[in-house]
Amino acid sequence: MSSDTYIKRPNRPLQLYAVIFLIALYAPVLFLPLFSFNDSLYVRFPLKEFTFKWYVELFQREPVWNALMNSVRIGVVVAVLSTAMGIFAAKAITRYRIPGRGTLVGFIMLPLVVPLIIFGVALLVLLSQLGVPLSLYTVAIGHMIICLPFSVATLIPRFEGFDRAIEEASADLGENAWWTFWRVTFPMVFPGVVASLMLTFTVSFDEFIMAFFLSGTQPTLPMYIWGQLRFPQEFPSILALASMIIAMSFVLVFLGQWINRGAQPGAVKGHDT
Amino acid sequence: MTEDAFISIRKVDKHFGKVQAIDSVSIEIGHGEFFSLLGSSGCGKTTLLRMLAGFEAPTGGEIFIDGQPMSDVPPHMRPVNMVFQNYAIFPHLNVRDNIAYGLRKQRLSRNRRHDLVEEMLELIKLPGFGDRRANELSGGQRQRIALARALILRPKVLLLDEPLGALDKQLREQMQLELRALQRTVGITFVFVTHDQEEALTLSDRIAVMSQGRVLQLDTPSGLYETPHNREVASFIGTMNFFDAKVSGVNGARVEVEAAGLGRINAPARDRRYVEGESVQIAIRPEKLELTADAPLDSGISVQGSLENAAYLGERSHFFVKLDGLDQPVAVSAQNREGATIGTDATGPVWLNWSEASVVVLTSD
Repeated sequence: MSSDTYIKRPNRPLQLYAVIFLIALYAPVLFLPLFSFNDSLYVRFPLKEFTFKWYVELFQREPVWNALMNSVRIGVVVAVLSTAMGIFAAKAITRYRIPGRGTLVGFIMLPLVVPLIIFGVALLVLLSQLGVPLSLYTVAIGHMIICLPFSVATLIPRFEGFDRAIEEASADLGENAWWTFWRVTFPMVFPGVVASLMLTFTVSFDEFIMAFFLSGTQPTLPMYIWGQLRFPQEFPSILALASMIIAMSFVLVFLGQWINRGAQPGAVKGHDT
Repeated sequence: MTEDAFISIRKVDKHFGKVQAIDSVSIEIGHGEFFSLLGSSGCGKTTLLRMLAGFEAPTGGEIFIDGQPMSDVPPHMRPVNMVFQNYAIFPHLNVRDNIAYGLRKQRLSRNRRHDLVEEMLELIKLPGFGDRRANELSGGQRQRIALARALILRPKVLLLDEPLGALDKQLREQMQLELRALQRTVGITFVFVTHDQEEALTLSDRIAVMSQGRVLQLDTPSGLYETPHNREVASFIGTMNFFDAKVSGVNGARVEVEAAGLGRINAPARDRRYVEGESVQIAIRPEKLELTADAPLDSGISVQGSLENAAYLGERSHFFVKLDGLDQPVAVSAQNREGATIGTDATGPVWLNWSEASVVVLTSD
């Protein structure tokens, strides 16, 4: 196919628009790494010397490491659990005739649009009524609610992307539902599972509002950042920390999308018929 | 109904909501038979096959395989294996693992398993393909892998859902021959679903022609072709000339009819009872008709018409003859032999001849 067919003809104004859009979207974020290497307490131009000292200082702070480990622990647990639940949900939604399927999917996706502060307050009220003490566990519960829609949304195209007959073929060749799942379904949706793990980990790791309401004495990393904002002298280190979080989030999400790139229906290799 | 039927489908119904996909179908299939379900799309043939495999449950009736009722047997416990329409090759496994997929439960030694797969690759004429990935295969190769994957389990019945539909014409004809040869080699009962009547005629021992969830006729290929029971079967299999007719006399093994365009002619009664005055249809295959320029010497089974149109098709020619009292011209198919009296460039009056045995009488039921 030649690149100058009607539909593929380049459109200069639109290309320009796309570039401006991306700059407007990410320029503010890029100020964080920029100032994190600046040898000054204050965030203002002109920039001074280039320095790593804020990063070095960050690594020497005990509370940062504690908060980081809290966030990683919650992130891993939430990623594994919400992805596992997402697999079951996506399989049920795509494979079985469920009455009210559309409504069900709507309810699963609802946390994406309902303000988190509402979920946060609601969970806080419920947990305190039940007498559950706030801890990292309660934060994880809150994060599960947020992460499940991301997991389901990542996995549904994977499940829809492969032919039902492949699972039927497995049953026909003598495998029951359990073995069919592990020998056929799971390997086929595996890229989606990895993408879901990475995405849900990132979402949990970056989440603030739920953690704000539901964490006890142990802060997550975003909570720690929030706490440090009161101290101007800590600010450059916070910039350094934020820069690293951004970098890691980008890497995880892009890696997940790259692994899951075949999820679009018809793009699965070996399905050219 | 035979006692030794290997697959016995008894009064099976299938409803999808309000749609009746299968309407009280009963079929008996013998051991080692190559049996085809033939019909246009939506006739219920695939639904019936999927019920044999266990992917659909009958709404009513029962299916027996090797004497065992199948209602409560899930797909993975049935002694049948299936070749799917798009083959459903596992894309994440290589050819060897695809073929060996069903062997897990047999707990074979690594060597034994390897030998079985190699044996299968030999049988489907793809030796050395074991390490190929599924997406490196052509359509014909995938089809063979799907066959091997099913046959390695030595099923009692192999179900095939339009397995040749996705292949081009040449490959399809080659695979037809191979499939038939394979079936004779392994001696397994094949149940084959197709919408291609030629394919069904070529491959099958017996064929059930289906329409709207019912079996119209169950017969051998020649039985279906030579003596179709009704107009639907007659027109579905091959080409057929139809003439409206009335029974004018019954005479033992023969029936005399008054047919539009043909006049008063005789036809074999073929064990069916006719009533005088009954409306029937006369059907004659185009290749059973012969054209001559002059009136035949033994008159009685010929009629004069005028040649309206002709087409030269290489090995044979098609002629269209207009008869008095008929709107549609009669199709005649003749082999292009040396010394044919009528060429495709001929025009004007011709004589249409046939033999009594080639006339089929169709009743309305």
